[in-house]
Amino acid sequence: MSYSITEPSSRQKWIAGILVVGYALLTLLPLVWIIATGFKTPADAIAYPPKVVFTPSLEGYVNLFTSRSRVTPEDLAALGPPTTWYDAIVRQYDMVITGPSRYGERFMNSVIIGFGSTFLSVFLGTIAAYAFSRFKVPLKDDLLFFILSTRMMPPIAVAIPIFLMYRELGLSDTHLGMILLYTAVNLSLSVWLLKGFIDEIPIEYEEAALIDGYTRFQAFYKVVLPQAATGIASTAIFCLIFAWNEYAFAVLLTSGTAQTAPPFIPTIIGAGGKDWPAVAAGATLFLLPIMVFTILLRKHLLRGITFGAVRK
Amino acid sequence: MAEIILQGVSKSFGPQVALADVDLTVPDGAFVVLLGPTGAGKTTLLRMVSGLDQPDAGEVFIAGQAMKGLPPAQRNVAMVFQQYSLYPHLTVRQNMEFPLKSPLLRTPKEAIAAKVAEVAEILQISHKLDNKATALSGGEMQRVSIGRALVRSPSVYLMDEPLSSLDAKLRADLRIELKNIQANLGATFLYVTHDQIEAMTMATHVGVLDHGRLVQFGTPREIYEQPVSIYAAGRLGQPHINILPADLFGPAPHGAVYIGMRPEQIRQGEGQDALVKRVERLGDQTRLHLAFKAHDLTTVIDAHTPLRTGDIVKIEPHRPFYFDADGARMV
Ligand SMILES: Nc1ncnc2c1ncn2[C@@H]1O[C@H](COP(=O)(O)OP(=O)(O)OP(=O)(O)O)[C@@H](O)[C@H]1O
Ligand SMILES: [Mg+2]
Repeated sequence: MSYSITEPSSRQKWIAGILVVGYALLTLLPLVWIIATGFKTPADAIAYPPKVVFTPSLEGYVNLFTSRSRVTPEDLAALGPPTTWYDAIVRQYDMVITGPSRYGERFMNSVIIGFGSTFLSVFLGTIAAYAFSRFKVPLKDDLLFFILSTRMMPPIAVAIPIFLMYRELGLSDTHLGMILLYTAVNLSLSVWLLKGFIDEIPIEYEEAALIDGYTRFQAFYKVVLPQAATGIASTAIFCLIFAWNEYAFAVLLTSGTAQTAPPFIPTIIGAGGKDWPAVAAGATLFLLPIMVFTILLRKHLLRGITFGAVRK
Repeated sequence: MAEIILQGVSKSFGPQVALADVDLTVPDGAFVVLLGPTGAGKTTLLRMVSGLDQPDAGEVFIAGQAMKGLPPAQRNVAMVFQQYSLYPHLTVRQNMEFPLKSPLLRTPKEAIAAKVAEVAEILQISHKLDNKATALSGGEMQRVSIGRALVRSPSVYLMDEPLSSLDAKLRADLRIELKNIQANLGATFLYVTHDQIEAMTMATHVGVLDHGRLVQFGTPREIYEQPVSIYAAGRLGQPHINILPADLFGPAPHGAVYIGMRPEQIRQGEGQDALVKRVERLGDQTRLHLAFKAHDLTTVIDAHTPLRTGDIVKIEPHRPFYFDADGARMV
């Protein structure tokens, strides 16, 4: 499989391997810590010196998904023995489960807003990038620069105008509002990245399709899109990561209906002080969708672009 | 009926003139070969007919119908690109099916399979049908791109050096196949090549382009035997025509500046002495590189000639061409 002009020696390979693994461990350390904390008891989580070896517990996950209230030992006794394993965990602290927490809803909001805005950014970005790449657009360079310039300041710099505008338009704390906002922020990145990818696709393919009896749009759909898949996939990942992790606007513009998980997770309060295992559990689960998404699209990211079939 | 008519077609790319006021009539069912050195405007002319580019001035008619504003799909032309561009995300089979599946044709499944198999057979690529288009040699790619044109039956085929990267044997086979297809379908072909044999054997007409101008149009024999200029004479003939000062061999007609002689216009064994500088044995023919009064010229001789470098042969012109100072032929 591996093919290069000069095959590296096995010693070079070992050194490269050690460096890569070392770097990976270093960057993964906080992640490992978060995942571990999610499985600790609140006492273990704040123990000093920190506990590396501990007895795993699902307390954090139970607390993440439930709301609980404290009851007197007499009332607790009157309830009889716990019926489920999570009941049992909660009752150790003289508490009973009163219902589900809001984590599930907030998570769903993140999914809707994150994937919705990613789809919209990539969809609009692809169309705009195609037009910029293939057509004579008047003032093309200026327009492209203008699109890029929207990223030259931190988006949060316009927080106040957006806050006021959203309040006037009734977009505050709505899914639509958040999708539009994240799309607006992501669009410049999406247009620029995708234009680069589409520029790399030789125009000869579309010309061949035009001759073969297809319209311009059909040629775009049948010939350009499949070849831009790599670019679309990587752009989608970048857009999703931004929208998924965005914190500042989410705090500012959402509080109820459309609140996403990032502002919600730190507000998880336990019995006495922060419930760190529940926070860590929330963060761990929150990582999963983006990991799955990235792994699913990895094939496209690694495949690269084929130039093979055009004689240069 | 698919006669192609170009009327005063001009095209420039910025300051670069690619086609200048070209008038050309390709009769229905003709096989027209376009000749011209690189940059002469051959590809540009095909693109005007296909509709991929629009002329700056002038009009294109196919089968009597004005093509202005019609997209390529509506013109019923097939084109083999010089840069044979196979769809890299498809297999060879899918590439060849692609035109048949177009919304214009909507060919039924069985007909597609049969047609692709038939064309693949002709092009000798049946065994590669399930390869990815990128996993092919240059010659195989080129044949697939011809295949993509042949699966359809349009009234006009445009081919831009379709056989350029094939070996001699395949080229000879496909020359005959293409000629058969053209004869059987009665389709009109507009064909670009730099290959003399293709031009001479396949063409019913040859058009010579010079810097975007159509300088001569006629049968291959006419172009070869009655070239209008040094330029047109230089398009055909292997080895290349010898162009020398008109009076080199003796008195020349009034006004003649150059004498042009193809190998068969040089009679050997009579006339004046020339020095053999080099003998090139090509197998079927042997070329003599001669020095004559400080000028070099090339001719052919019997394949098994005993002549060697340093020998002397006598030569004289035999019904040569004369050209004036501008390179135009004098008759
Ligand atoms: N898209 C373009 N932009 C700018 N100039 C162009 C373009 N297409 C062609 N030209 C110019 O027009 C002239 C004719 O080009 P064309 O491709 O028709 O030549 P050709 O006869 O096909 O040459 P070749 O034998 O090398 O394929 C050339 O000078 C070329 O540089
Ligand atoms: Mg060309």
